[in-house]
Amino acid sequence: MTDILLKAENLTASYGQIEVLHGISFQVYENEIAVILGANGAGKTTTIRALSGMVETTGTITFKKEDVTQFESDAIVRKGVAHVPQGRGTFPELTVEDNLRVGAFIRSDNDVENDIQNCYDTYPVLFERRTQTAGSLSGGEQQMLAVSRALMSRPELLLLDEPSLGLAPQIVEALFERFLIMNKDHGTTMLIVEQNAQLALGMADRGYVLEAGEIVIEGPAKSLINDEAIIRAYLGG
Amino acid sequence: MDLFLQRLFDGLTNGSAYALIAVALVLIFKATTLVNFAQGEQAMLGAFIVLQLWNWGLPMWLAVLAGMLISGILAAGLERTFIRRFDPADHLPLVIITLGLFLVLNAVAAIVWRYDPLAFPQLFPHGSAITIGNARLSWYSIFAFGSCILVLLLLHVLLNRTKIGLSFRAVSSNLESSRLCGIKVGPTLQFGWALAAAAGTFGASIYAANPVLQIEPSIMLRALIFSITAAALGGLDSLWGALLGGLTIGFIQSVLVQYIPFIPNEMTLTATVVVLLIVLSLRPSGFLGTKTVERV
Repeated sequence: MTDILLKAENLTASYGQIEVLHGISFQVYENEIAVILGANGAGKTTTIRALSGMVETTGTITFKKEDVTQFESDAIVRKGVAHVPQGRGTFPELTVEDNLRVGAFIRSDNDVENDIQNCYDTYPVLFERRTQTAGSLSGGEQQMLAVSRALMSRPELLLLDEPSLGLAPQIVEALFERFLIMNKDHGTTMLIVEQNAQLALGMADRGYVLEAGEIVIEGPAKSLINDEAIIRAYLGG
Repeated sequence: MDLFLQRLFDGLTNGSAYALIAVALVLIFKATTLVNFAQGEQAMLGAFIVLQLWNWGLPMWLAVLAGMLISGILAAGLERTFIRRFDPADHLPLVIITLGLFLVLNAVAAIVWRYDPLAFPQLFPHGSAITIGNARLSWYSIFAFGSCILVLLLLHVLLNRTKIGLSFRAVSSNLESSRLCGIKVGPTLQFGWALAAAAGTFGASIYAANPVLQIEPSIMLRALIFSITAAALGGLDSLWGALLGGLTIGFIQSVLVQYIPFIPNEMTLTATVVVLLIVLSLRPSGFLGTKTVERV
C-alpha cells in the first residue's frame, strides 16, 4: 500500500455561526485520484476550501505527515498543494502568460520558462492567446489556464473544485482525459470535487459521497460506481 | 497666440503635479479599489519631511529620496495599523478611516510646522527654458513634466517587469487566487501603500518646488481634489490614464477657464467636475481605465 498524502480527521468548517462540515474524515493516497461527490450545498466546496485554509476549521489536516490545519492559504501552497477554485479563479486582467507566472510565484528555480512552454505544448490554444487577458478567454480555455496555473507551482497534490461546472460535455471530457494523463505520467495526486459522478468515478481510484456536511459513503471508485444508492442518487439510474 | 501658449504651459505645469498625486491614488485603487483620501495629506507630510531634512543640511535631492523612503515606511505602518484589520471588501469603514487619517495627518503637520508658509528647496533651475513671443515655458515646467514621465516609466517597469510587480497586479486582479498562488496579500498591499506614498511625496515635492508656491499644511487640499478628478478621468486603475487625466485637468484649469468668459475664475473646480461628468457619461471607465468584463 502506498503512503497517505493527505488526511483529514474530524474536520469541521463553519462560516460564522453556521457549521457546514460536521466532522468528516477522509484520506488521499499518493499518486491516486480521489473524488468527493455530492449534491449542491453538501459541503464539497467547503471541504476543499478548508484544506486550503480558506475557512475556519477544527479537526486535523495532515499533509505529508505534517499538521497543516492552521496554515494560511499561502503557506499551504508552499507545502505543495495547488488549488483550482470553483469558477476557474484566473486573474482576468492579467495576460495568459502572466497568469502562468503568478502560478509559479512560490518558485525561484530556473525551470519556470520550461514549464510555461510545457503548458503551451499541452494546450496550444493558450500559446495562441498568451498575450490576451485571461478575462477574454472562453470558459473552457479559462479552465485549461486555471489548471495549468495550478500546475506551475509543481504541486504534489492538486485540488480541483468542480472543474466540469459550466463547460460543454466534450470540453469536460477532454479536460478529464488530461487529468488522467497528468496522474499517470507525472504521478500528480488529485482530489476532485464533482457533481458529475459518472465522469469522476470513471477515472478515480477512491470516492467519497458527501451529504449535508457528512460523509455517507466511501470506498474504491470501482465499487461505488456499482453502488445502488449512488446509482439512484447521482448516476440517474 | 502668446496668451494661449502661456495657458498651455501653465496647464502642463499644474497638470504634471496633479498627475503625480493621481498616480499615487491609482496605485492604491488598483490594489484595493479604494480611493485613499489621505493620499494628499500623506504627500504633504512627506514634502514637509523633505523640507526638514533639507533644513538639517541634507542635499536637496537626497532629502527628496530620504523623504520618499520615510513616507513609504510611515505609509506601510499606517496600512498595518489601521487598514489591514478591516475586511478589504467592505469599503465604507476604510473610506472613513482614510478620511480620519486625512484630518490627523493635517493636524500633525500643523502642530509640527505651524500654518506659516515656508520656502521649499528649488529642485529645478530658475528662469525660462523657451520663450515664444511673450509666452515663457519655465525650466520648472519642463522638469516637473519630465519627472512625471520618469516616475511613470519607473512604476511601469516595476509593475510589469518584476516579481513584486507581478504579485501586486495579481492581488489587484484576484485576491483569493493570489493567496492560492502563495502570494502574501497583506504585505503586498502594504508595499502598494508604501509605493503610493513615496510617489505622492515625490509629487508633492515637485508641486511645492514651484517657484510661485510655498509649503504649508493645506497645500495639497486643492491639489487633492484636482488629482482625484484627474485619476477618475484617466480611469482610476491606469497609471498612464492618471497622466492623461492630470494634464487634462491642468489644461481645463488654465485654458478653458481663462478663455470662456462666462466661467469665472472661482468656478475652476466646477468646470473640471463638469468635464469629468461629461467624460464619464460617455466613457464610464475613463480614458484608459479597464472595462470590467466578467464571464460567468
